[in-house]
Amino acid sequence: MPKITYIEHNGTQHEVDAEVGVSVMQAAIDNLVPGIDADCGGECSCATCHVMVKEDWVAKTGSPEEGEESMLDLNPERQGNSRLSCQITVTEELDGLIVDLPEFQF
Amino acid sequence: MSEAIQPRMIDFKPHEIPLEDFDISQRELWSEDLKMAYFERLREEAPVHYCKDSEFGPYWSVTRYADIMEVDSNWQDFSSEPAITIIDPEEDFPLPMFIAMDPPKHDDQRKTVQGSVAPANLKNLESTIRGRVQTVLDELPVGEEFDWVDRVSIELTTQMLATLFDFPFEDRRKLTRWSDVATGGPETGVVETEEQRREELMECLAYFTRLWQERQEQGLSNDFISMLAHGEATKDMSPEEYLGNLILLIVGGNDTTRNSMTGGVLALNENPGEYAKLRNNPGVIPNMVSEIIRWQTPLAHMRRIANRDYELGGQTIKQGDKVIMWYLSGNRDERAIENPNEFIIDRKRARQHLSFGFGPHRCMGNRLAELQLRILWEEIQKRFHMVEVVGEVERVPSNFVHGYTKMPVVLHPL
Ligand code: HEM
Ligand code: FES
Repeated sequence: MPKITYIEHNGTQHEVDAEVGVSVMQAAIDNLVPGIDADCGGECSCATCHVMVKEDWVAKTGSPEEGEESMLDLNPERQGNSRLSCQITVTEELDGLIVDLPEFQF
Repeated sequence: MSEAIQPRMIDFKPHEIPLEDFDISQRELWSEDLKMAYFERLREEAPVHYCKDSEFGPYWSVTRYADIMEVDSNWQDFSSEPAITIIDPEEDFPLPMFIAMDPPKHDDQRKTVQGSVAPANLKNLESTIRGRVQTVLDELPVGEEFDWVDRVSIELTTQMLATLFDFPFEDRRKLTRWSDVATGGPETGVVETEEQRREELMECLAYFTRLWQERQEQGLSNDFISMLAHGEATKDMSPEEYLGNLILLIVGGNDTTRNSMTGGVLALNENPGEYAKLRNNPGVIPNMVSEIIRWQTPLAHMRRIANRDYELGGQTIKQGDKVIMWYLSGNRDERAIENPNEFIIDRKRARQHLSFGFGPHRCMGNRLAELQLRILWEEIQKRFHMVEVVGEVERVPSNFVHGYTKMPVVLHPL
C-alpha cells in the first residue's frame, strides 16, 4: 500500500498506509489523522480538507480542476500548492507523498 | 422538565393530504412546529416535490440530504440571485448582498470581509468572547425564572456582533432590532407596516454610514465596516449594496447563533440522558456543538433559481423555477445520518450536517458560531448543574428562521 505522510502545523508527522483508490482525505480520516474535517464528506463543497502538497509532489498530484479551484480560491490561507485532499486519489504512483496540514480549516 | 414543552397534539394529517396539495411553506405549520411529519412524507414519497401554488408562488422542495448537497454545490446551474429565501425580493427596495450573488462578484465581496471571521483572527477574539460570556452568565439570577432567549442568547450574539463591527457597545440592541426588522415584516408582528420597516432600515443605513465615514478616515482595521470601507471590491458600493451587506452580516451572525444557544438548552432538556453525558464528560462539548447546530438547523432553507432545465430525483426542474433546499429536512434524512431524529451529543461524524450549507456560499461565520457555542457551554458547565426549561417555548413563526422568541428557564447551581 502507498505510504502517505501528513505533517500537522505543529510539526507532528503521521505516516499512514493508504488504500489505492480512496482519496487522500479519506486515507487521513480512516487512519485518524487529526486536522482534516471533511465536513462535506468528499463532495468538493466545504474546503475543510485543505492540505499543502510538498513541492516535489505537485507535478504528480496534478492541479485543481475548476470546481476545486473555486472552493480553494475562497480560502484566505490558500497557498500555491494548496489542494482539497478529497480531490486527490491515492495511486501507487503517490507512494511516499507528503502533505502539510494548515493551522486551521475554514 | 415541564410537560408544557412536549410537542403539541393537534389534529393534522400529513399522511392523508394528497401530495399535489402539499405546501410545506405554510406559516401555520411552522409556528405550530408541525413540519417534521410533513418533511418525513416528502422525503419518503416525493423527495423533489413541486408545489404549484403558495403564498410565495410555485416552488420545488428538495428534502433529501444528497439532493440538497447536489443543488447547493452546483452554483453554475442553481443561482443564488436575486434572493436566498422563499419570499421574492421587493422590487422597489432591493437589498443586494453577496449571499445573493453568484461568482465571481460574490467571491470578490466575500473575500473582502471573511478575514475577520477566519480562524486565524478568531484566535485573537477567543479571550474577549470568553470574558463576555462569563459576565453575562455571572449576572443571571439563580433559582428563579427568567427568559433565556433575551438574557443569554440575544445578549451574547448581540455583543459579538458589536465586537465584529466595532459598533458602539451601548447602542448594541439596535443591531438586534435591525436584524429582526430585516427578517420580518408586518406579518410577523415585528413592525406595524412595510413603511415602518423601510424607515427603520434607512435609520440603520444612516447610522452605519456615519461609521463608514469614520472608518474610511482611519487606517484599515479588522472590523467589518473598516474592511468594507477599504476593500477594493467593496469601497465603491452603492448605499443599497452597503445596506444589503450590512444586513447580511447582522442577520447572518445573529438569529442563527442565537437560536442555537436556545435550541441546545432545549434539546438537552428533552434528552436528560444526553445532559448526564455532558456533565460526565465536558470534553464532548465541541462535538455537541455540531450536533446542536444540526439538531436546530437555525436556517430552515435556502433558495435557488435554476439556470437551465435540470434532472433531479426523477423530476425535471425547469429553467427559471424556484428551488427550495430544506436543510431542516436533509438534517433528518436517515439515508445520510444514522438515527437522525435522535439528539446524540457524542454522535460520530457530527460535523457532517447541512446547517451551514455547502459550496461557495457555505457559511462564512461557521467557525465563529462554533467557537461562541463551545465557549458558552464550557462556561455553563463550570457554573450550573442544569439550565432547566420550566415552561413552553415560543417559536418564530417563519419557515426560514428556525428558532425561538422565548424560553423560560431556572438555573440550578453546581
Ligand atoms: C449556527 C450558526 C449559523 C448558521 C446555522 C448559519 C447558516 C448559514 C447558511 C445556511 C448560509 C448559506 C449557505 C448556502 O447558501 O449554501 C450562511 C451563509 C452566511 N453566513 Fe452563516 N450561519 C451561522 C452563523 C453565522 C455567523 C456567526 C456569521 C457571522 C458573520 C455568519 C455569516 C454568514 C455570511 C456572511 C454568509 C454568506 C456567505 C456567502 O454567501 O458566501 N453566519 N450561513
Ligand atoms: S471534504 Fe469537503 S471539500 Fe473535501
